[in-house]
Amino acid sequence: MVVPRSARVLVGCALLAAAAVTLPALRPGTSWPTVLLLAALHPVCALPARCRLAVRVLGGGPDRVPALPGTGSFFPVLLTAALLLPPAAAALTALPGALLARVERPPFGLRRAWRAARLALAVGAAARAGQALRCPDALGLGPDTPDFPYVLLPAGATALTFCLALAALDGAIRATAEQFPLRTAWRGLLGRFLAPHTVHGLAGLMMAVLWRSSYGPAAALFVLLPMYISCWGFAQYHRERAAHQATIRALVQAVDIKDRYTRGHSERVGHASVLIARELGMDEPRLEVVRFAGILHDVGKLGVPTRVLRKDGPLTPEERRIIELHPEYGHEMVRGIGFLGEARTAILHHHERMDGSGYPYGLKGEQIPEYARVVAVADAFDAMTSTRSYSRARPVETALAELRRCSGSHFDPRMVEALTRALHDHGWQPEVTAGEPTVPAPRNPRAAQAPPQPPASRTDPADRANPTDLTGPTGPTDRTNPAGPRARRGRRPA
Amino acid sequence: MKAAGSGRAGSGRAGGARTRTAGVGRPRTRTRGVNPARTGATGARTATAVHGAALLLTLTALGLTFWHGLDEPANALAFGVLIAFGELARWGARPGEREPAPLATAGALAYALLGQNAGKTTTHGVLQTVAVVVAAGLAGTVPHLARGRDPDLDHLARRVLTVAFAAACFQPLYNAGAVTARLGQGPSHVLFLVLLLLLTALCDAVLAALLHRARTGHPYAPLLRDELRALPGIGSAVCATGAVMALAVAVAGLWALPVLAVPLVLTQVSFRRYAAVRTTSRQTIASLARATEIAGCTPPGHAHRVAALSRAVGRELGLSGPELTVLESAALMHDIGQLSLVDPVAGGATAPLPAEEQRRIALLGAAVVRQTGVPEAVARIVERQADPYREQPLPARIVRAVNAYDDLAADRACGGLGALERLRLGTARDYHPDVVESLARVLARGGVTPAPPG
Repeated sequence: MVVPRSARVLVGCALLAAAAVTLPALRPGTSWPTVLLLAALHPVCALPARCRLAVRVLGGGPDRVPALPGTGSFFPVLLTAALLLPPAAAALTALPGALLARVERPPFGLRRAWRAARLALAVGAAARAGQALRCPDALGLGPDTPDFPYVLLPAGATALTFCLALAALDGAIRATAEQFPLRTAWRGLLGRFLAPHTVHGLAGLMMAVLWRSSYGPAAALFVLLPMYISCWGFAQYHRERAAHQATIRALVQAVDIKDRYTRGHSERVGHASVLIARELGMDEPRLEVVRFAGILHDVGKLGVPTRVLRKDGPLTPEERRIIELHPEYGHEMVRGIGFLGEARTAILHHHERMDGSGYPYGLKGEQIPEYARVVAVADAFDAMTSTRSYSRARPVETALAELRRCSGSHFDPRMVEALTRALHDHGWQPEVTAGEPTVPAPRNPRAAQAPPQPPASRTDPADRANPTDLTGPTGPTDRTNPAGPRARRGRRPA
Repeated sequence: MKAAGSGRAGSGRAGGARTRTAGVGRPRTRTRGVNPARTGATGARTATAVHGAALLLTLTALGLTFWHGLDEPANALAFGVLIAFGELARWGARPGEREPAPLATAGALAYALLGQNAGKTTTHGVLQTVAVVVAAGLAGTVPHLARGRDPDLDHLARRVLTVAFAAACFQPLYNAGAVTARLGQGPSHVLFLVLLLLLTALCDAVLAALLHRARTGHPYAPLLRDELRALPGIGSAVCATGAVMALAVAVAGLWALPVLAVPLVLTQVSFRRYAAVRTTSRQTIASLARATEIAGCTPPGHAHRVAALSRAVGRELGLSGPELTVLESAALMHDIGQLSLVDPVAGGATAPLPAEEQRRIALLGAAVVRQTGVPEAVARIVERQADPYREQPLPARIVRAVNAYDDLAADRACGGLGALERLRLGTARDYHPDVVESLARVLARGGVTPAPPG
C-alpha cells in the first residue's frame, strides 16, 4: 500500500508534537511510580480489545465494520492519568500501550507511530484541560475528601477534550491517508466517540479519586474490573455475531448447492431488499431483519427434492406443485428464529401477488405483509437480472421496465418505485460472496440447447475442488437411486 | 421443541420404567436409578429450608429495625433507592439470566461492606443492612408485580442470605473497631474486602447450586462447577462494583453511587447483547437442524429429542457449562450430513445402516458443520459419531447412543424398551455401557427435565 506524502507529513508532525508534549516529563518533579503503574496498566487492559481485533481479523465474515477508533486501547486508564498527572507525564503514560498494541495491517511502523502520537497528544490535551479547571486539587488527597459535585466539571471537560482531540486527529488522518474529501472526513466521528467516552470518563474519575485516597491504587483497580468485563462482553458479542452470520451462510449455501443456478441469489435478494426498505424509511434494526428475510427467503427449497430443483425444461404440474410448497417449508424452518419476528411472514408470502394470483394462500393487496412485498420485488428483480437455466440475464433497465409493467397486478407499486429510486441513487453491483463465482454467461446457451445433463458434469471444477462443498462425494450414482419414501412430502406444515 | 418432544418423552418414561423392573439383578446395572419421588421431596425440602431461613432473617431484621429505628437514614435511603432502581433492570431480562439485576446486587453488597461515609464512620449493623436490602428489593419488585410478572423468590432469598453473610462478616468487626485497629484505612483494608467478597461469592454459588438442584434434580457437583465457572463473568463485575462502591462512598460520599452505577450498567448491556445474539445463534442452529426434517431426511422432532436427551445424559455423566452447549449443538446437527445426499435415507434413521454408510454421513455432516460458525469441537463430535465407542470422545459416545435410541424407539415393533435392549446388546462395540446406563436412568426419571437457566 502506498502511503500519500501528506499522510507521512501529518504523522511526522504529530510525532514532533507528541515529543514536545512528553519531553517536559523528564524534568524533575514527575511522580514516576504513578506514571509507571498507569503505563503498565494500559497495555494489560487492552487485552480483551486485542482479542476482539483478532476475532475480526481471523473470523472474517461480512462484519467489516472498520474497527472502532479506540479499539486496542483502554481509555479509563488514560483518562485517570489525565486527571491525576500534569500534561507531560500523562501523555507519557499513553506511549507504551499504544506502541505495544497489535497492528493488523501494513505499514506497521507508520501505523504504530501514528497511534502513539495520536494518543499522547489527546491525553496531553485532556490533562491540560483538567489542570485549567483545578482538577488535581479537587480530587482530594489522603483523608481529604474530594470536592464532589464540582469535580464532575473538570472530569467532564477532560473527557470532552480527549474526545475532541481524538476526533480531530482521526479526521485529519482520514483526509490525508485515505483521501476522504475534506467535508466528510470528520463526519460522524464525534458522535461515535461521545457516548463511550462519557462512561470511560466517569470510571476514570472514580479511579483517580480512589487513587488519591488513603486506600491507594489497589482500590482504583476495582473500578477497572467492570469496564474490563464489559469489554470482554462486547468482544464475545462480536464473535458470536460472526458465528451467527456463518450459520446463516451455511443455511444459504445448503440451498445454493441443491439449486446451483441460483448461486448468490439469496445474498443479492437480501441486498436488494435492504435497498428497497431503506428507501421506504425503515430504521436500522428493521433493515437488519429485512436483510435476513431476503437472504433466507428461499431456504424452504431445502425441502424440495434436488432432482425437481435441478430439472431443465418444463415442469409437470405435479413438480410445480412440489416447488410451490417451498415458502411453507421455509416458514416452518425459520419459525424458531425469534429475532426475525414479523419478517418470517416474508418467507411465507414472498410468492403472493397483489391481484391474489400468487401462492401459497392467494392473499391480495394489503393483506400481504409489507416485508413480503419488499422481498417479492427484490426476488423478481434478481431473478431477471441473473442467468437462470431457463433464461439469460437481462439488463437492469429492462428488468425495471418489466417490474413496472407488472406493478399493481403482481408487485406493490410502492416497492417497485422504491427500488427504481434506490438503483438510480446507488446503482446495482450484484455482490457475490467470496468464493462463489456467478454462473458465467456463456454457459447459458449451451444449457438451453443441450439435453439435460446430470448435475455433476455441470459443476465447475472449482466447486468440486472445494473440500467443504456439500456435494463433494455425491455423484450421478445417487441420482439413479429410487426416490425413497417421499410420502411425507405432501404434508402441509402446521 | 417441547411440543414435539412430549409424545416421545411419555413413551421413553414407560420404556425406562419397564427396563428398571426388568433389569433388577442384571450385573450391568451398576447404579440404581434415583427415585424421582424422593428427589422431588428432597428438592422441595431444600427450597423450603432456604426460603424459610431467608424469611426468618427478614422478619427479625425488619422487626428489630422498626423497634430501634434507622441509623444514618440518609445512607439507608440512598442505597435503598439504588437497589430499588437496580431492580428495574429486570425488565429486559431473559428467562434464566444469571444476574438479572446486577446494580441492585452490587448496591446491596456495598451497603453490607460500608464502613464510612465521606470519612465519617457509619454504625448500621447486620440487621439494618438486611432490612434495607429487603425493603428496597420489595419496593423494586412492585412495578413487576403490577405488570403481572411473578417475583423471583429464589433470587430474592439468595440475595438476602448472601448479603446477610457479607454483613455478618464485616459489620460487627468494623463497628467494634477491630478492622480499623488491625488493618488501618489503607490497602490492607482493600485486601480484606476482596477476601470477604470471595467468601460471599462462594456462599452465593453454593446457595444457587442448592436451589438449582432442588428445582431440577440434577447432580450437585456439576451444578456447583457451573456456578463457580460463571463467577469470573458478570459476577465478578458485581462484586468489584460492590467493593468499590463501599470504598468510594467512604472517600467521596454518596455522590460516588450514581457515578459508579454507570460502568456496571454498561457491563449489563454488553452481557444482554451477548446473550441475545447467543440465543439467536442457537435458534438458527436449531432451524438448520430442522432442515433435515423438512427435507424429509429424518422424522419430525428427531434432532430436538436427541439434543434434549443428550444434554440430560451429559449432565448425568458430569459434563457442565460449555461442554453441554457443545454437546447440544452437535446433537442438534448430527444428521445434517443427510442434506448432502441427493436421495434421503429410508425412514431417516441412520442407526440401522451399515457402519460404512453411517461414517460417510458423519463425515459429510462435519463438513457442513465446519461451514457454520459453531466451535470446531462440535464438528469433531459430528465427525466421530459413527465410530466404535472405544475410539470416541465422551460427547460423541453420548450422541451415538441417544441417536440410536431415538431411531430404534421410533420403530413401533421395537419401542423404548426394545431400543434400550438393543443398545445394551451393542455395548461390546458400538455403545459405551456407562452412557447406555445413564440414558436408562434419565429415561427412568421421566426423560428430559427442562434445561436449567444459564
